[in-house]
Amino acid sequence: MMSDYSHTLSADQFRDHIVTSLYKRAKEIEEAVVTYSKENKSTLDDKIDSILTSRLFGFPIMLLILALIFWITIVGANFPSKILADLLFSLEDKLTELFINFNAPSRLHGIVILGMYRTAAWVISVMLPPMAIFFPCFTLLEDLGYLPRVAFNLDRIFKKAGAHGKQALTMAMGFGCNAAGVISSRIIDSPRERLIAILTNNFVPCNGRFPTLIAISMILIGASSDSLLNSLFASGLVVLLILLGIAMTFLISFIASKSFLKGTPSRFSLELPPYRKPQIGKIIIRSIFDRTLFVLGRAVAVALPAGAITWLLANISIGNTTILNHIANFLDPFALWIGLDGVILLAFFLGLPANEIVLPIIFMIYLSTGSMIEIDSIEEMRQLFLAKGWTHLTCLNVMLFSLLHFPCGTTLWTIKKETQSVKWALASFIIPTLTAILICFISTQIASLFF
Amino acid sequence: MGLTCNACKRKAMQDTYHIKKSNPNQMIIALAGNPNTGKSTIFNELTGLKQHTGNWPGKTVTNAWGIFKHKNQEFILVDLPGTYSLFPNSAEEEIARDFICFSKPDATVIVVDASCLERNLNLVLQIIEITHTVILCVNLLDEARRKKIKVDLEKLSVELGIPVVGTIARDKKGLEDLKDIIYKVCSKKIIPHPKMTTYPKEIEDEIQKLIPMIEPLVKNKINPRWVALQMLDGDLKILEKITNYPNCKGGCHDVRL
Repeated sequence: MMSDYSHTLSADQFRDHIVTSLYKRAKEIEEAVVTYSKENKSTLDDKIDSILTSRLFGFPIMLLILALIFWITIVGANFPSKILADLLFSLEDKLTELFINFNAPSRLHGIVILGMYRTAAWVISVMLPPMAIFFPCFTLLEDLGYLPRVAFNLDRIFKKAGAHGKQALTMAMGFGCNAAGVISSRIIDSPRERLIAILTNNFVPCNGRFPTLIAISMILIGASSDSLLNSLFASGLVVLLILLGIAMTFLISFIASKSFLKGTPSRFSLELPPYRKPQIGKIIIRSIFDRTLFVLGRAVAVALPAGAITWLLANISIGNTTILNHIANFLDPFALWIGLDGVILLAFFLGLPANEIVLPIIFMIYLSTGSMIEIDSIEEMRQLFLAKGWTHLTCLNVMLFSLLHFPCGTTLWTIKKETQSVKWALASFIIPTLTAILICFISTQIASLFF
Repeated sequence: MGLTCNACKRKAMQDTYHIKKSNPNQMIIALAGNPNTGKSTIFNELTGLKQHTGNWPGKTVTNAWGIFKHKNQEFILVDLPGTYSLFPNSAEEEIARDFICFSKPDATVIVVDASCLERNLNLVLQIIEITHTVILCVNLLDEARRKKIKVDLEKLSVELGIPVVGTIARDKKGLEDLKDIIYKVCSKKIIPHPKMTTYPKEIEDEIQKLIPMIEPLVKNKINPRWVALQMLDGDLKILEKITNYPNCKGGCHDVRL
């Protein structure tokens, strides 16, 4: 039936005509029933907005607020991390004694304690403190109504990239969770611009990747020492990485809108919700229960089987090397080419179900293949990584790869569901991964020029 | 931000609405509106339930329904996902659209933000094309007042041809009026006569060509003009849905999308 009509107007043109008529009538009605007072312009909200979203101060304020939150997180997370690690690993010793007392087979002890328990313990001690500090801070910004202002600041650039201004909002959602960011792309009406928003959402680090970035930046800078300067550097580095992620979002959006998703950005108006007094009690409850414990729970749930698998891979040998070494050796040439190593690359793949467990898996593999060391602080992590041949470049590339690589399993599944196409889910796996490989390769090449 | 336990559960993605009347006298009310208009607050106030609310558009991802009573009449209130339009771009918009169209709620309440009426009206204009039992709830009047924005509710009601109620849901203001109007619309004491949007001639011509073909399919159950618009918009699944939908044949509200 449709084919009879498609020669006159395509479905897209119909949609355009319909939308235009609806908007026109909405505007007419609004003009007829709404009256604005002159003083409207001088409310306090507007005054604050004129500073927070001004061309001059908008970006610097935004960066300062971000940097401040990371700094608080970095400075605050170190000490509780150590306490948690001490606690959990002394419990590990107790559990080991228990296994010995019961004459449990050593392989069972290996899988349960050295595999599952240990990975979960690292997830908790490395992830929990930064999350418990970072999430309430972030929820506070959300509750105040600052985040839509961030979107407002970025709106112009998105339009220049050929994408929809609302993509700034979906990107901001992605900071919380990329899967949620993908779902939120529904607010973009045009299918073309929605796809751009979905494909690039992954370039902002989600809750699961923030703690990884924060921990590695501390390792890189050596922020575990009490030096104020070091902690400032570490938080500055995280901000820089986020800026790079946002820049990649713009770049990929631009490339997409000029090639396989060609078109012009559609007009829209972004309204700023009013500032509301934050409800501190609610913020703490919400960020602890809804976010921290939820993210941690998911990470631990994934860490348990991943820990068991990693331990098995590290302890079952084919020929005279372990399966794990076979895989790592196989990945090594390629991994070294982009400034990583086989173990790191393997950890990223094992971390597909949840990005949170990438770092714990890296420890796990390093420790299971080498001598056993107890790790209970960022400083000892640093020593372990140095012993395994990590350089500043390795740290940087791990952060870059974590920032830019494929989204987690949940996000990919959500993309398939939202776009109703395996093709776009695959694209959202391949595009970021290629970007990550390319950027890591470039940084490795640049570094090799200097060192 | 959007990350809450509920937003990430598989359940959040299920496109099913499973609403069962516990007795045949219950009336079903759909609650539609743009995100961040206080829809969930109204839902919570009316039903006494505690849905997650927050200062961020797009909070309500999961499907929710609850019950309230007014003048001895029981109502089932269905909180539809917040949408900006009813073009079936996403599962969310399709759910909202299909629920209003196919499960034939006794009334649909559209919540709009008084301080940005223009953008909110887009959805209103689309919904009144589907169903005439529509009530407009202009919420967040306090914020509009703070911004020195005045909305002439009576004139708005005349322009749209549907009843309009002003509310400040957070302070529980106007909610009794809202319940009254819902009751009156459901009991046919008020019959809304929404004024449709007229489209450019080329589109109206196409609509008129399609309507005679659609009418025998939808009988009196669904507005043929609206079905024609969906088809012109490229949604051919709509015809299949109409023929398969249980509610088009019987009066059942147990709906699976």
